[in-house]
Amino acid sequence: MAEKQPMIKIRQLKIVFGEKVVLNDLDLDVYAGETLAVIGPSGTGKSTVIKVLTGLLAPTSGSVVIDGQETSSYSEEEWDGLRSRMGVVFQYSALFDFLSVGENVAFGLRRHFKLTEEEIQGRVATLLDLVGMPNTQSLWPSELSGGMKKRVALSRALAMEPRLVLYDEPTSGLDPVMTMTISRLIRKTQQQLGLTSVLVTHDMASAYFAADRIAMLDKGKIVQIGTPDEIRQSKNPVVYAFVNGLERKEEAGDGSK
Amino acid sequence: MLKAICEACGKRILAFCAASGRITMLLMQTLRRLKDADWHEVVRQMALLGADSLPIVLMTILCTGMVFSVQTAKEFVRLGASSTVGGIVAIAMARELVPVLVGVVVAGRIGAAIAAELGTMKVTEQIDALRVMAANPVSFLVVPRFIAMVLMMPLLVVFANLIGNIGGWVVAHYYAGIGTFTYTNSIKMLAEFYDVFGGMLKSAVFGGIIAIIGCYKGLNAPNGAEGVGLATTASVVLSIILIFIFNYFLSILIYV
Repeated sequence: MAEKQPMIKIRQLKIVFGEKVVLNDLDLDVYAGETLAVIGPSGTGKSTVIKVLTGLLAPTSGSVVIDGQETSSYSEEEWDGLRSRMGVVFQYSALFDFLSVGENVAFGLRRHFKLTEEEIQGRVATLLDLVGMPNTQSLWPSELSGGMKKRVALSRALAMEPRLVLYDEPTSGLDPVMTMTISRLIRKTQQQLGLTSVLVTHDMASAYFAADRIAMLDKGKIVQIGTPDEIRQSKNPVVYAFVNGLERKEEAGDGSK
Repeated sequence: MLKAICEACGKRILAFCAASGRITMLLMQTLRRLKDADWHEVVRQMALLGADSLPIVLMTILCTGMVFSVQTAKEFVRLGASSTVGGIVAIAMARELVPVLVGVVVAGRIGAAIAAELGTMKVTEQIDALRVMAANPVSFLVVPRFIAMVLMMPLLVVFANLIGNIGGWVVAHYYAGIGTFTYTNSIKMLAEFYDVFGGMLKSAVFGGIIAIIGCYKGLNAPNGAEGVGLATTASVVLSIILIFIFNYFLSILIYV
């Protein structure tokens, strides 16, 4: 991996809310074409990493380079240029409840691509097929279960053919079977489309299955970064405690594979 | 003790200044992004925010016109000034009562709805989703609501004036015995188009206030269901206060 060019390069990133230091001198590289899982207990700043990478939160200090561009002092307009090559799956799916499933997926296509209505509908159908939800265009988000919402959110994130996809707790609140379904989808789309992905999760089953590398975040810093096997066998007490704390969930996840 | 009071006052003043600044900035951004307006969405919002408010607005102003006539007609007849009742009712309605009351009613109905809708979108990360899909929330959410409100409020005022004067006439005619010709002639003699036009201008400003405050409160709603509730209430209260304050200055500007 070391010889690869990083798609995301975070250096000395600090995020402070009032007196609370959320991220403290964080260094992290995400290489092109890999899926990096960021794991850690709740409240350690995992979602904050996603917010910084999407420009929803400006760093207090430090450097964030995405696709060769230093973004730490970007304006909203500059971010928009970068965001059009980015897909984000939010923790609670964040589907637009004033739009149908089909229109949610088509949202980015309509705004940023000059396509005919037929082409848009074709792309929407393909994307919904990809996530295993064919012919659901006319449903409304309120009619979907949590897992279905996540899948629609994934196809919406992939609609604009992004190079980078960010997942914020994509499996939280789902049963183990659906967790593995979503994890498989993340893996499948990454392999089929060659995307770079950052997966923020506290679900070890999902991280082991979907990620090429796993970074353990604790108290605003990376404690260890390595392959799923290295993390599984880690002797680092923080990593060991976290990973083994979720051992039962991991077994449930493996069972459903 | 004194220090604590000063600190608390200072904090309040700072928060007030910060909020005023942010509201002004939202207004400026909205004006700058008017060109981004999606006209389909504007029309949808005009129907939702404007046309659907018509029944409640007409009901309110009909009752106001009637009660205003009840209070003035008999007294004026007693003073021998029955030929001025129609004009007095029409002018009072056109200049003040209709724009302000329509503003208050719409602030209650629409200001609350806008704040609740945008607040819910904020707490369910839909606003964040818009931003990361490179769709500016101001262009996408605030601009159509702002345009819809600024255009629809004057229209509501026209209908409200009509129904208010009808209400005034019904009471003046059947309760105080003023003739229809006397009543309508009085309106023609005393009231001018400028009275109604001024009211329409004021209501356009009130529409802008309701939209901007509703959007501001919604977009800045604290997290959770309680946050949305607080934002909704705050939006209505602040809109109504601002309507009364702006009404005073606009009346001076337009009519004095």
